[in-house]
Parts: sequence; C-alpha cells; structure tokens
Amino acid sequence: MTGNGVADVVIIGAGVVGTAIARTIAGYQLSCVLVDAAGDVGTGTTKANTAILHTGFDTVPGSLESRLLRRGSGLLHDYARRAGIPVERTGALVVAWTDEQESALPGIEDKARRNGCTDVRRVTAADLYRAEPRLGPGARGAIEIPGESIICPWTTPLAYATEALREGVRLRLRTRVTGVGTDIGERRAGERRAGERRAWEHSVATSAGPLRCRWLINAAGLDSDRIDAMLGGGGFTITPRRGELIVFDKLARPLLRSILLPVPTARTKGVLVAPTVYGNVLLGPTAEDVADRTDTATTAAGLGALLAAGGQILPDLAAEEVTAAYAGLRAATEHRDYQIRVDEQRQYACVAGIRSTGLSASLGIAEYVVGQLGEVGLPLRERETAGPPAMPYIGQAGVRPYQDTARIAADPDYGAIVCHCERVTRGEIRDALASPLPPGDLDGLRRRTRVLNGRCQGFYCAATVSGLLAARDASTGRISPGRISTGKPA
Amino acid sequence: MKVDVLIAGAGPAGLAAAVELRRAGAGRVLVLDREAAPGGVPRHCLHTGYGLRDLRRLLDGPAYARHYADAAAAAGADVQAGSTVTGWTGDRTVTVTSARGVETVEAAAVLLATGCRERPRTARLVPGGRPPGVMTTGELQQRVYLGGQRLPGRAVIVGAEHVSFSALVTLAHAGAEVVALVTEHPKHQSYPAFSAAARLRWRVPVWTSTAVRRVAGQDRLAGVELADTRSGATRFVRCDTLVFTGDWIPDHELARLAGLAIDPGTRGPAVDTALQTSVPLVFAAGNLVHAAETADVAALGGRHAARHLAAALGGLLPPAAVVGVTVAPPLAWISPNAIRPATAPPRGRFVMRSRVFRRLARIEIRQDGRLLARSRPASVVPGRPVHLAAGWVSQVDPAGGPVHVALAPGRHSPAGLAPGGLAPDNLALDNITPDSLGRWRMEA
Repeated sequence: MTGNGVADVVIIGAGVVGTAIARTIAGYQLSCVLVDAAGDVGTGTTKANTAILHTGFDTVPGSLESRLLRRGSGLLHDYARRAGIPVERTGALVVAWTDEQESALPGIEDKARRNGCTDVRRVTAADLYRAEPRLGPGARGAIEIPGESIICPWTTPLAYATEALREGVRLRLRTRVTGVGTDIGERRAGERRAGERRAWEHSVATSAGPLRCRWLINAAGLDSDRIDAMLGGGGFTITPRRGELIVFDKLARPLLRSILLPVPTARTKGVLVAPTVYGNVLLGPTAEDVADRTDTATTAAGLGALLAAGGQILPDLAAEEVTAAYAGLRAATEHRDYQIRVDEQRQYACVAGIRSTGLSASLGIAEYVVGQLGEVGLPLRERETAGPPAMPYIGQAGVRPYQDTARIAADPDYGAIVCHCERVTRGEIRDALASPLPPGDLDGLRRRTRVLNGRCQGFYCAATVSGLLAARDASTGRISPGRISTGKPA
Repeated sequence: MKVDVLIAGAGPAGLAAAVELRRAGAGRVLVLDREAAPGGVPRHCLHTGYGLRDLRRLLDGPAYARHYADAAAAAGADVQAGSTVTGWTGDRTVTVTSARGVETVEAAAVLLATGCRERPRTARLVPGGRPPGVMTTGELQQRVYLGGQRLPGRAVIVGAEHVSFSALVTLAHAGAEVVALVTEHPKHQSYPAFSAAARLRWRVPVWTSTAVRRVAGQDRLAGVELADTRSGATRFVRCDTLVFTGDWIPDHELARLAGLAIDPGTRGPAVDTALQTSVPLVFAAGNLVHAAETADVAALGGRHAARHLAAALGGLLPPAAVVGVTVAPPLAWISPNAIRPATAPPRGRFVMRSRVFRRLARIEIRQDGRLLARSRPASVVPGRPVHLAAGWVSQVDPAGGPVHVALAPGRHSPAGLAPGGLAPDNLALDNITPDSLGRWRMEA
C-alpha cells in the first residue's frame, strides 16, 4: 500500500473472476485489496456450476466471450497443471435425439470451427454408442469436441487467491461494499507526472469500514449491477438464473466417459450429464430466472425435471444413489455477451455478465481487463513472482495422499482416513486448517478437502470433522469465520 | 501380506465371524476396520438391548462392541482399526490404507461385513436450502454421544420406526425440544410402547401421513415444510435440527467395486444360504446383506458365514447350482437371495421387509407353482423385520426354478399350513428386542 492508505486497486468480488484479476494484478508493482461480502472466496456463482472447463466451441463467434474463453481456457489448462488443480480432458459429445437436433449438428460443427476448435468431428450413431454404450436409446448422432474438460471449481479460485495473498494482495472477507464515492474534481493533465496519474480517488464504504483506492474493479457477480450503479453505470441488469444440479454416487461414474451435452437452445445450453473430477456424475443444470439473488434452494420441480432428463440420456442413472443436489445462480444480463467496460475517466472497470463461463474464461478475462486498464493509465510495471502455488490435490485421476506410500511414511496422518466416502485424511484436514487461506466453516473445509461431500453426507465422519474444526477454532481463539485472512490495509 | 481370511468391517458381523473362524481352526484371520476403533455402529449406541440372541445377555452398545473386539483378539484374530480397504487388485486381493502406509493383502477367502447406513436427506431428494443442522441418526449419535455436543432448540425427526425413537432419546439427551416425528406412513412403524412413551414421557406426537416437502434456510436451518399426504395441505414447522432416520442402505461400495452380483432388493451383494457371494470364497454377512437388522442378528450371520467359509477353505463347500429366492411386491426384499442345496440360512430364517402394513398376513412360498409352505397369520410393518423360518428349504427342488415368496391374498385357515411350515418368528413379541426399549426404561 502506498503512502496514505490509498490502494492502487480495489477489486470487489472474490469469485473466480475477482481472484483471477487479483493474481494478475499481483504480477505488477501495484498495491491491491480484494474484498468480498462472504466469509470465503468463491462462494457465489463460482461454487455451484457444472465444473466444466469449456473450449468455447459454442460461443458466438467474434464475441468477447468467445475470445476470452478461448484464451482463458488455454491459460487455465496450463495454470491448473502447475498449481495441481484437478483437470481431466474427457471430451464432450453434443448428442442429437431428434431430426431437428440432428439437422442442427452441422451448424454446431461449423460454429465450433469458427471459434477455433478445429478438432471437432461428426460422430455417427453407431460410433456414438460404441463410445458411450450406456447412452439411452434414440440418439441420432453427435458432434465430438475433444478439448472439453472437467475441472475442480473450488481449487481454482483458492489457487488464484492463495497466489494473490502470497504476492501481497490483501484479502478482506465479510466486507460488503455499501457505497462508492469518487472524489470529484477535474483531472488536470498538468498535474500528472510521467507514468503516474494523480487522479480520482475512490472512497469505498464497506460494512467493515472505508477503503480508498485509485482504481476500482467491479467483479461482484450477482451484485455487479448494483456496484456499477454506484459508479454511474446502468447499462445492464443482473437477472439471477438459477441452475439446479444433481450429483450422483461415484458408483455411477463408469456409466459414461465424456461430457454428454444436448443440442443447445437460444436460452440455455440445456441439461448435460458429465463426470466430475472427484469421480461423481453430474446432471444439470436447470435454467430458471429468479428474483432473489440469494435463492440457492433446490425445488421439487427442478429436481424432478432433471431426473426425467437424465433418465433419457443415461437410463442406468435411475438405479444409482444421489449424493447431493444443489443450485447455483448465474449472473445473467439482458445481453448475450460479457459486460466488460473500462472507464478511463473514473478509473474503473466493470467486469460483469460473465454468465456461466467465468471459470473457464477467468484468466483470459483477468489478462484482458488488466491490459485494458493499463492502456488507460494503470501503471503496469512487472515484478518477480513465485508463480502458481502448489495446491492440495483433491481429484480422482491423480494420486491422493491416501494412495501415496511415501507421503504416509513421512507423515502417518496422510494414512489416517477420516472421511471414508471421499477418503480425506487427517493430514489433509490439518493442512487445510493451517493453509494461508483457511476455511472459516465446514463448507469452506468441504471445498478445500472434499470432506463430507460423499454419499453418507456425514453419517460416519461429521462429528469427527466438526470436532477438528472446533479444536482449531478453540486453539486460535477464532470467533468468526474469515477473520484470520482479513486485515485492515496499512 | 498374505492371510487366510480377510474380513472387511469390524462390526458385530465381522468380529463374530473372526471369533468363529479361529474356533474353526482358520489360520491367519485379519479384520480391518476404517473407523478409529473396532466395534461398528454399537460403539455410539448408548442404549442397552445388545447381545440378546447371540450372547444371551444384555449389554449397552459400547460394552457390546468391546465384548466382540476383545473376543476376536482373544481368539487370535488380528484386528486392525484405522485401516481402509480402498479397492481390489484381484478376486481376493485388496489394497489397504492405514497410518502404516499402503499395503496389498492377499487372502485365501474374504468376508465382507461393511454394514449399512441411513440414506441422508440428499439421497431422498428433499429439495430446499442446504443449511447445517440436517443430519442422520448416525451423525446425531456420534455428535452427542462421542462428541458431547449439545443441540438446544427445536428438532423434527423424519421417520417413525425404531431408530427414529432412538433419535428422539438422543435429541432429548442433547437438550433439544423435539417437536414431532413425521412419517409418510398412515401409522408409526415401531412398537406401541415406544409411541406411547414418546407421547407420555416427552409429549412428542407422531404426525402420520406427513411428508417433508422442503428444507428452509441457508446459513442456518429455519424449518421444514410438511405436507399432509391425504389432503395435500402444507404447513411450515420451525426447527433448528432435522434428523432423517432409517431408510437403510448397505455400504456396498467394496461389493460393487469387486463386481459381485448385487441383489436389486437388498442392494447388497447377492448371497446364497451359506452367505457366499457370486464369487467363490468371497462371503458377505451382517447388515451388508440385510439393512438393517439388530446387531445380534448381524453377529449370528457373521458366525454362520464363518462356519461355511471355514468349510470352503477346507474344500468342503463344493460348487453347486443355487436356486434363487425372490419376493413379490409389496414385499420389498428377502435375504439370503438364493438357496444352496441342503443349506439353511443363518438362524434357520430368511429376513424380509414389507413395503406396506398388513394385519394377519400370510406368506406363501412356491417353486414352479408348487406351494412349499404357508405361514401362520402375522402382521407385517414397513421397515420392520419379517423373519421367515426356513424349514421348507429341504423341499426345494435343486433343479427347479426360482422360489417365489409372496403375501397370500385373503385369509387362510391354520389347516393350510404346509409341513415344515413357519415358526411364528416374524411377529411382534419375538421382535420386541429391548435394544431401544431398555434405554427407554432407563430414561423414564
């Protein structure tokens, strides 16, 4: 933080986009504060989605989303490999079930090529059933997109935030922005020194006290229109689109190999069935516009519709147990494309309307937004950084601690399985509680370790896991979640 | 590591089997359990009522668990807690993780005794928010009895079978005010004594024909929306704890990973009357094959499996064509799932469940249309054990078709009882084991 407590940059929103921007900002000689109303990073749209790392094959060619998704997807594949974020390149099949859908396949293939996915190919019904023998009857054919992948949506923002923290970004959780005041005054060119703009300062009022900064980035997701309105915006309105999803038992995982997509409609990509990096099967999402920006409840109608759709795509799913059902809210706007706008006058960037592709595009969005800000005066002087942090691996394709003889030999806690369904060890829980960005509550611990996320939902281990969290809280005098990782700017 | 017998699960079935195997002269018997201590679910069931059928005395859960852990060790079995069987590398070779590392255990024979658990709210697809405070009885008991947790505030219990009343006792112990037990059935499924005690001792009503429609709350539980299944009328009940009870499912992960044939009714591995699965020298016993019976029934099943497993190791369990046993709705399932020639099931009884209440029901057993036996009239209750004596097994034609077990339509005279018919084992009195009752008496 420079001088008088004024940060160079404040980022509002620590979702996957906000944390990606924070880690990108951390690569420059800039002071940065990342704020979020919630007690953890990635608790909004970021945490409840289909966990797919898209190629962008079905975006509108030439759109900003298409461009940033393609760029971001490539960057994230590389970042994930270096940070240990679980990713599996399963490929996807867009399956046609009717004449009409079949007639749409050539258009999808063409669009994919225009979006730079040159390895897509048409698959006959016979080849489709050879690849996915458990597929329900009646499929006509498909388009295969080999690059579509699945990713851990929780480790990704945690990795970004962990890297940002390590590089000096300050994270202020449980900090809700209530207003933004901008010191009005004409900027006079004569006052500007080379490489520096003594420009407007934003005073950001928050539930945890005021913050001051020179540049403000709005990555507030579902609240981004409200923040934008505080800065004189108003070009868009967020309408939360609720998507309900069902997670099936891991014993259902052998039922499919790749992501099974429907032929999309104008409104939604439709209901898909996909493997997850944890070894489950995901079914969803529904798409329902809702008024309440916090309404993440599942509904009987939504779950019923999903089961009906899933039963047609993969009939054997019906015999498998459901491990979890949840709903996420996508930050949809009335526009089809991202709402990214850089306001040179106000030294402000609005990064909104990221819809359902924020996870895949996050690094592309961050690179683009920071670059745009640089062009209008944000001084981008690079600094040495340590690169991506090594994150705990919670996927199923690689080696988990419980499978790692050498690791257990070095530390027997990695052989002490506490959560049996997800095979999470005492060592991993201990590490998460002691990490640079520790969980504030059980949900935070779930996202970091997978603990309690399995088929028994706590029948066996909830009491033990709660005890470990309570012991940490008692030993650290921790009262409210999020305290440790917050701090007032100097 | 090489062993003669590997037992996965050190609950009542696994430990009782270990004792019996050592008695029968089995060599190295290794019992693995993923929990931190052996004993299984009884470890966190503080009420009495354990040991009636198998030990001929009454113990509380933890004492019963200790008894079997000590007995298995004394018999010379190697019981290792904190050891998880994570998968198979051969028909009888498994991978094990423990604080000692990752090991491969090669066994001459395997007994799966991995037990069962309650289906949680998510598996039951109850919609709504996902606040904390929603749990199963298993989690509740561990929080309260092993973790010493208090649960002040209002609680609602979903279910009205034996275990639901056990949850009521646990919640009362933890300081909760239990608002009601709710069940979709038209009446509760436990004993009149339990229901009466709930009403009189704690003034807790059983709301019948009532379904949970929605869980409300985000950061904390606000309550549940309940619906009257007859009128459709809904109402909101505020609560701080919501316990989903019963609705058992076998912990069949290892069985399925092994590729064992699974019975669609029990959802556990299909077993014959010797408790052998579809893979030779792989056996299964306890609540993995009948979720959920009382601990003593599980232990006796373990003992039964051990005797046949020992015989199999000695080459005395020849391959034989088995005759399948199926049930017709509204019966839900039967265990064991097949009849091995000249082999009775554990305790000489099949275990069944009904999906409906039926007073004075008769059960008929037929093979290829031929009536083998017909039971005396008895009441069946959903979720409650129906134990069917198996004297008729000797009449099964080993070369014939599958045996069908069904509720007989209408009433029949006692004269209709076939030779070798059924002992009146399934009914009320025999089944009022004091597992929960003892606790009730202690509390009242």
